[in-house]
Amino acid sequence: MSTVPLTHILFVSTSLFFIGMYGLFTRRNMITMLMSIELILNSVNINFVAFNKYLYPDKLDGVFFSIFIVAIAAAEAAVAIAIIINLYRSHRSIDVEDAAEMKF
Amino acid sequence: MNYSIIALIPLIPLATFVLLGLFGRKYFKTSGGIVGTLSLLASTILSLFTAYNYFFVDGKVNGVYRQFSVLKYTWLEFSPNMSIDMGVLIDPISMMMIVIVTFISLMVHIFSLGYMKGEDRFATYYSFLSLFTFSMLGLVLSTNIFQIYIFWELVGASSFLLIGYYFAKPSAVAASKKAFIVTRFADLGFLIGILILGFHAQTLDFGILIERLTNAQSQQFIDITTTSFLGVSLLTWGLSLVFIGGAGKSAMFPLHIWLPDAMEGPTPVSALIHAATMVVAGVYLVARLFPVYALSAPGVLEGIMYIGAISAMLAAVIACTQTDIKRVLAYSTISQIGYMMFALGVSKYGGEDGLGYMGSMFHLFTHAFFKSLLFLGAGAVIHIIHSNEMKDMGGLRKTMPLTHITFLIACLAIAGIPPFAGFFSKEEILLAAFHSNKFIYGIALFTAALTAFYMFRLYFSIFWNKPAAEHKNIIGNGELAKNNHHSEGTWSMKIPLVILAVCSVLAGLVPFANFITSDGASISTHIDITFSLAPVALSLCAILFAAYLYKKENDKPARIAASLGSLYQTVYKKFYIDEVYIFITKKVIFNLIGRPAAWIDKNIVDGFMNMLASITAAISALIKGLQSGRVQGYAFYFFAGIIGMAALFIYLWR
Repeated sequence: MSTVPLTHILFVSTSLFFIGMYGLFTRRNMITMLMSIELILNSVNINFVAFNKYLYPDKLDGVFFSIFIVAIAAAEAAVAIAIIINLYRSHRSIDVEDAAEMKF
Repeated sequence: MNYSIIALIPLIPLATFVLLGLFGRKYFKTSGGIVGTLSLLASTILSLFTAYNYFFVDGKVNGVYRQFSVLKYTWLEFSPNMSIDMGVLIDPISMMMIVIVTFISLMVHIFSLGYMKGEDRFATYYSFLSLFTFSMLGLVLSTNIFQIYIFWELVGASSFLLIGYYFAKPSAVAASKKAFIVTRFADLGFLIGILILGFHAQTLDFGILIERLTNAQSQQFIDITTTSFLGVSLLTWGLSLVFIGGAGKSAMFPLHIWLPDAMEGPTPVSALIHAATMVVAGVYLVARLFPVYALSAPGVLEGIMYIGAISAMLAAVIACTQTDIKRVLAYSTISQIGYMMFALGVSKYGGEDGLGYMGSMFHLFTHAFFKSLLFLGAGAVIHIIHSNEMKDMGGLRKTMPLTHITFLIACLAIAGIPPFAGFFSKEEILLAAFHSNKFIYGIALFTAALTAFYMFRLYFSIFWNKPAAEHKNIIGNGELAKNNHHSEGTWSMKIPLVILAVCSVLAGLVPFANFITSDGASISTHIDITFSLAPVALSLCAILFAAYLYKKENDKPARIAASLGSLYQTVYKKFYIDEVYIFITKKVIFNLIGRPAAWIDKNIVDGFMNMLASITAAISALIKGLQSGRVQGYAFYFFAGIIGMAALFIYLWR
């Protein structure tokens, strides 16, 4: 089992994080942005599980945390989609550039 | 008897105040008067009952009226033996005062039923009256010097509310402010005095305070007399400052300026507050602490005597020239309170030497009746004439026979003509002054004659002077015709006049020396015919002189005024005391303190705030571009912040 070193897994999670970050900054479509956020969250999940597995194999804290994060991500998705639907109703668009009224 | 019931006497008016104050304008718009009067009737009956019990049933122990307190409740405790209590003090003067306050207040309540009828804020008026009655009763029943201060301020506040009752009138607003500020200024002295006395006596309770500060052996007495400030012992300072508070409330010279202006309030209010009850609070305060004044600080008492005598004479002189009938009565009040003050001043503590104290309290008692009667009578006159000026009146004796008779009785009483009430009390004061200080006696005698003169000047100017027919012409405009069907006001206005007139005749016959003396033991007094001869003869001469000048309309008063020239003008302008105050406040205080303070406020305090505001505005103008409304921009700042912090914590924060 321990053929895959920890650094490889961390490399995967880091690239996942920055892919998500890139998506969040460049995409204008809110659904895509939401998906990017999910990527970021899951990269954190991978980190938690990996560290738990490699550093403290007799404990479960990291696993619990990742379960929490999955639950919260689900709730967050529900809220975010509700916001997106409302935004669509009022602006007829889900492009974030179209919803820039809340400025100084 | 169980005296705890006495707590109800002030609490009933308090309940009425809350009820009428909160719901009066909605639910008691016209019935507020009845509610107030009935609740006060209950208070009056209770206080008459307790006073009867105290004086005739169980107040006396070994021939001395005892002083005790009931219902002691610790309100605020500083240390185990220093606390502010709320309680009810029972002794002869507090019993006398609750009878006076509730009784006069009841009369005023009844009178106001007619006088204030149809007022827009009728129920509010009654709620204020109830508040005043509550505060005044609380004041006289206080067990400690701090409790009296609390109620002292409450009567000041209710007086302010009632003077400013006609708040649409600018003069009433100015008068209420003036009354409040002047008395408040004096109360500052009172507060400092309380702090000095309370700190050094280590108690606020009247009984213990008096006991400690009159016992030359007690630690507290030695402490307070040996500590001195500016070469005067702190005891003298404390007592003088307490007296300044009393002088402010009692309108003693030179703090008397608020009282004549306070006549802007409704006339029944003047009768209650500015004649019979609140303004004697200062006398009551000195009487309450009298053993300390008399035994430990005779110097202060001497000062009180001179201030009282000066006020009495000065006010009497001014009263001779005023033309507003309520102002005449106001100055006469100042003069009579001056009488009470110097009577306390000439008195000593205990036994026959305490005659002045007894005379002062006696005069307070009788004065309450005839002065409120005078005010209510004046109120009835004003109710018909719709003017305060003497020149608008005259010849009213046919129109208002009942008012005429009662007013005459009150005038005779205040002039000290036997057998009316004022004679007996004034006699005791004159006797006490005669035995103690001939100079004061001379002033008192002169003032007594002046009193008779200006009261009968007032009486003749209102009820004689012009023929009755002419008076109709003055009113003209059909106004009198409209009022004729109730020419003297309603029954509710007549009944108090009659009751008070009866009291003004009979109050002097009360054997007062048996009940209220400086040490509680009764002393024997007698009226010495040869001694009374001088004041009575002088008063009669003054009355005849007033009749000569004012009974028929003529130009004699005007000619006398003209011949006195600038002297008359000085007196007419009240010795320019108001002008002196205005000079001091407007020219001196405003310019030297007010303007620099305003400059500092405008430029430094406000400037600092403005600077903060403009710096904030400038910074926000600089950085407002950051709030672009773009979600991704925000996300970028967020992550940049996190990366920055991560860099900080990982690489720099070692």
